[in-house]
Amino acid sequence: MNIQSTKRYDAGVKEYRSTYWEPDYTPRDTDILAVFKVIPQAGVPREEAAAAVAAESSTGTWTTVWTDLLTDLDFYKGRAYRVEDVPGHDDAFYAFVAYPADLFEEGSVVNVFTSLVGNVFGFKAVRSLRLEDVHFPIWFVKTCFGPPHGIHVERDKMDKYGRPLLGCTIKPKLGLSAKNYGRAVYECLRGGLDFTKDDENVNSQPFMRWRDRFLFCQEAIEKSEAETGERKGHYMNVTAPTIEDMFQRAEFAKELGTPIIMSDYLTLGWAAHNSLSKWCRDNGMLLHVHRAMHAVLDRNPNHGINFRVLAKLLRLLGGDHLHSGTVVGKLEGDRAATLGWIDLMRDRFVKEDRARGIFFDQDWGSMPGVFPVASGGIHVWHMPVLVSIFGNDSVLQFGGGTLGHPWGNAAGAAANRVALEACVQARNEGRDLEREGKDILTKAALHSPELKVAMETWKEIKFEFDTVDKLDVQHR
Amino acid sequence: MSVQDYTSRLSDPASRKMGTFSYLPEMTKDQIRRQVEWVVKHGWNPAIEHTEPQFAASTYWYMWKLPMFGETDVEAIIAELDACHAANPGNHVRLIGYNNVTQSQGANMVVYRGIPV
Repeated sequence: MNIQSTKRYDAGVKEYRSTYWEPDYTPRDTDILAVFKVIPQAGVPREEAAAAVAAESSTGTWTTVWTDLLTDLDFYKGRAYRVEDVPGHDDAFYAFVAYPADLFEEGSVVNVFTSLVGNVFGFKAVRSLRLEDVHFPIWFVKTCFGPPHGIHVERDKMDKYGRPLLGCTIKPKLGLSAKNYGRAVYECLRGGLDFTKDDENVNSQPFMRWRDRFLFCQEAIEKSEAETGERKGHYMNVTAPTIEDMFQRAEFAKELGTPIIMSDYLTLGWAAHNSLSKWCRDNGMLLHVHRAMHAVLDRNPNHGINFRVLAKLLRLLGGDHLHSGTVVGKLEGDRAATLGWIDLMRDRFVKEDRARGIFFDQDWGSMPGVFPVASGGIHVWHMPVLVSIFGNDSVLQFGGGTLGHPWGNAAGAAANRVALEACVQARNEGRDLEREGKDILTKAALHSPELKVAMETWKEIKFEFDTVDKLDVQHR
Repeated sequence: MSVQDYTSRLSDPASRKMGTFSYLPEMTKDQIRRQVEWVVKHGWNPAIEHTEPQFAASTYWYMWKLPMFGETDVEAIIAELDACHAANPGNHVRLIGYNNVTQSQGANMVVYRGIPV
């Protein structure tokens, strides 16, 4: 006879902690783990707030229901198993929650996050809530799709080794005709860039329909390849109002024989993005991923989703490139935190490292890595520090820093390529890029009038505003 | 400086590039040595390939013998680069560092440039 524990139905409201707070629980290898930064409402104890978060992001609701007794919640409920102080913050604490494997659909990032960042974020018992990190167990990683190709296959396909890749977003971002836009692409590629990029909001507007853009850009790619003998690409943005339109654009890009397309994974939606990344692997297409809307989710240090979580989930959904912040350019990005999530994008195994905001070990198994893309307000003077921060497995994108060159895009591209190669060569020779950067660039410019002019043009521009989303550290 | 023309031409074989470091001046002996040291320092397996410049865009160049698995002697690697260059003076000669963990190439650079045709 199968003996079950018997419970009686007791209607009413119970404290969450009686069911969902288990400080003695040791997380299992199969659990999905999450850490939230919680600021509770006044008077709500930490354990109760943490248990409430665990409950509302898993099986719980505000009152007891009789149907609870038809199942065994032990297989499904989230467990708050630890609370910790947040350094430098009196009101907030970290709540660690373990979710059992059976709570989730295999291979569904959509399903996991519908729980983890669902109703709980509007829950009244917490004043604010931020998902700081998530550990994905290997069973979940292996059931997700992952990057269509990954860093090393992309290097083989594009025949580029031993250095970061070089790109540029075409500007003005909106308003050019397809033919004039293709001209800007051609000039960049012939000057020495590996890639050019559609801006994220270039889709198929009246001034430039997608099909015309793709055709002119493909001609620019082919001519610059013949001219330079190197492989080139333009991220053809297939982000569209419907999935049918998206795939129509992707299929046309494939017909043209172009090597890479792009999407915007947050505005497109994760399911649509996942379908596209599968299509990309099936069709040998590289996938560049933009992250419009991320700052809405990740910039507020007390509420939302940390970008490291958005980066991890993109690796699971699939993408070959993802914008990661530059540390030094015009856009937000704390250095240590950025270093943490670019490792989470690229490496096979990443260890817990609180100094970089990483709360859990993460084993990616055989899932390929994603190229981090540094883009936004960077120019040749930033090159030494960018090569030092990002290393070889990255894409460095200079938009204004290419197109704004006084002699035009080709010269701007050549200036960036010379600066990049000079920095890589110097690094390989054992020189310190961040200390000797000026000397390295100045010597390289002796052989490159394009670089010399670029260095004179952007000498004084810096973006030194304080970062809003910093790592939590004791600062008193 | 007044605006200058960018002189790359389809009709000019000298406009063709050949990957990493091809936008810099050709390396000196000393600069080649330091790049060989970089490959050895990472534990990558050195390999040498060469091609006629007009076929440089293809994936597969001619292998010069076999990759030098486990070779850490910088002088021995430089001697092979020189031997390949001497036997194929008109060809591009490139140094590769195979990384057998990533199954990729940690380094890949032309160290002797052929004659453009």
